[in-house]
Amino acid sequence: MKTLVWVEHDNASLADATLAAVTAAGKLGEVHLLVAGSGCRAVADQAAKIAGVGKVHIADDEAYANALAENVAPLVAQLMDHHDAFVAPATTTGKNIAPRVAALLDVMQISDILSVEGDKTFTRPIYAGNAIATVESSDPKLVITVRGTAFDKADADGGSAEIEEVSGPTDAGLSSFVSEEIAESDRPELTSAKVIVSGGRALKDSETFEQVITPLADKLGAGIGASRAAVDAGYVPNDYQVGQTGKIVAPEVYIAIGISGAIQHLAGMKDSKTIIAINKDEDAPIFQVADVGLVADLFKAVPELTEKL
Amino acid sequence: MKILVPVKRVIDYNVKPRVKADGSGVDLANVKMSMNPFDEIAVEEAIRLKEAGKAEEIIAVSIGPAKAQETLRTALAMGADRAILVETDDAVEPLAVAKILKAIAAEEEPGLVMLGKQAIDDDSNQTGQMLAALMGRPQGTFANTVEVDGDSVTVKREVDGGLQTVKLTLPAIVTTDLRLNEPRYASLPNIMKAKKKPLETKSPADYGVDTALRLTTTNVSEPPVRQAGEKVEDVDALVAKIKALGIA
Repeated sequence: MKTLVWVEHDNASLADATLAAVTAAGKLGEVHLLVAGSGCRAVADQAAKIAGVGKVHIADDEAYANALAENVAPLVAQLMDHHDAFVAPATTTGKNIAPRVAALLDVMQISDILSVEGDKTFTRPIYAGNAIATVESSDPKLVITVRGTAFDKADADGGSAEIEEVSGPTDAGLSSFVSEEIAESDRPELTSAKVIVSGGRALKDSETFEQVITPLADKLGAGIGASRAAVDAGYVPNDYQVGQTGKIVAPEVYIAIGISGAIQHLAGMKDSKTIIAINKDEDAPIFQVADVGLVADLFKAVPELTEKL
Repeated sequence: MKILVPVKRVIDYNVKPRVKADGSGVDLANVKMSMNPFDEIAVEEAIRLKEAGKAEEIIAVSIGPAKAQETLRTALAMGADRAILVETDDAVEPLAVAKILKAIAAEEEPGLVMLGKQAIDDDSNQTGQMLAALMGRPQGTFANTVEVDGDSVTVKREVDGGLQTVKLTLPAIVTTDLRLNEPRYASLPNIMKAKKKPLETKSPADYGVDTALRLTTTNVSEPPVRQAGEKVEDVDALVAKIKALGIA
């Protein structure tokens, strides 16, 4: 089987999320990558170095600069004439593009796979991860998105794949990119952080969130996450949200502070290696999944913890 | 402009799903069902656009069993003008749903199709994008803000790194994210009024769509259960635990 993997990037460097998708694709067969962008040669060079990659397709066009689904999906659909499976990381970019590709190919996408069980059989979470479904596709081609936390990352070095230029339909004339507000931060990205400190509604407001959570995260070199309640209340921006419909994370250590543990939040973090919870409500559901729990007033306990570490 | 709002009847978001012992699926007998929360946000946004004079009519659509009528009545009580139930007792996958919606859109010619980014039962996150592809129209997924202006809609999208704004030519498909709005509750008088609003019943065959499943679910199982660990007495004990993990 020949797979085509969507390379996630910002036209300058390749995003980590790609590497787990490469591993998943490798379980199906030969791995080809697609770098679609504008002035994205450096990304293709990086992609060619990923271990286990057979070929890198580069499609360099102004119309692909922001990965608008209207423009890139027809390109992918065309390349699928020569591939059997399209594999994308389950990032917001992958989730935006892959179903559009699937519909163009008239196949049912398999979203957010956790494992590859056979040529056409996969497991995937449903009901916020409260159930795991095993599904088998009867379509002639596969379109898959991959949950990054479920697969090891492919080695970013060691490969020397050939880079081939491809072209396809360009600007569909349906949509245009206007602007982007991307948070600049020195912190580790949530989906690849080793440690995450996450705050909930109990943090009161954005100043308090910052005062309580940030120093601890700084001390641990951690990424910062939040529950939906904290994001909805405006304490932190949307890209902090961990949960069923936000980011799915699985760090070495996840520290949940003032988070009660709704099933939608647990769906996003319960595969973390160690979960630590600080909450003043000893019956909070978060304690049912936490390896280490501290029942305490977070406004006293967290500053003390930060100081003593 | 008309707005088409597809809504799905799903397990209520407060209910913890139970996997059936025989591995055939999740037990939905006697379980509270509600409108998919993301679709509620879509209904709300459509109503706000109508209130702002940007839309004239809101048509709610649901594809599912007879009981999905209740979900449509909820949409009508919130403020949708009429409803279409495409009745089927079979499971319908996003691709087939998108095909049915495409056929309805061809009849109704909406300027916007507004729907939830994903349903909280199958967590597919596909229908809006598929519909956009089938209609050959633009998509604004994971919408945080929607502004309709003349023949275009500007959508601020929630993306992994933050927010991205795109401008789409109408007609367009918009899928909603959590921060777009806070849906209203239907008032009692509006619930009464909703009972008199038109609700048409159709079948997938009326739209010439084959809903045969492309994916076969061979098993549904419980995820590995995480055991609760221990509670520590004080911060000092927690410090010791964290140090033992080698991260500080």
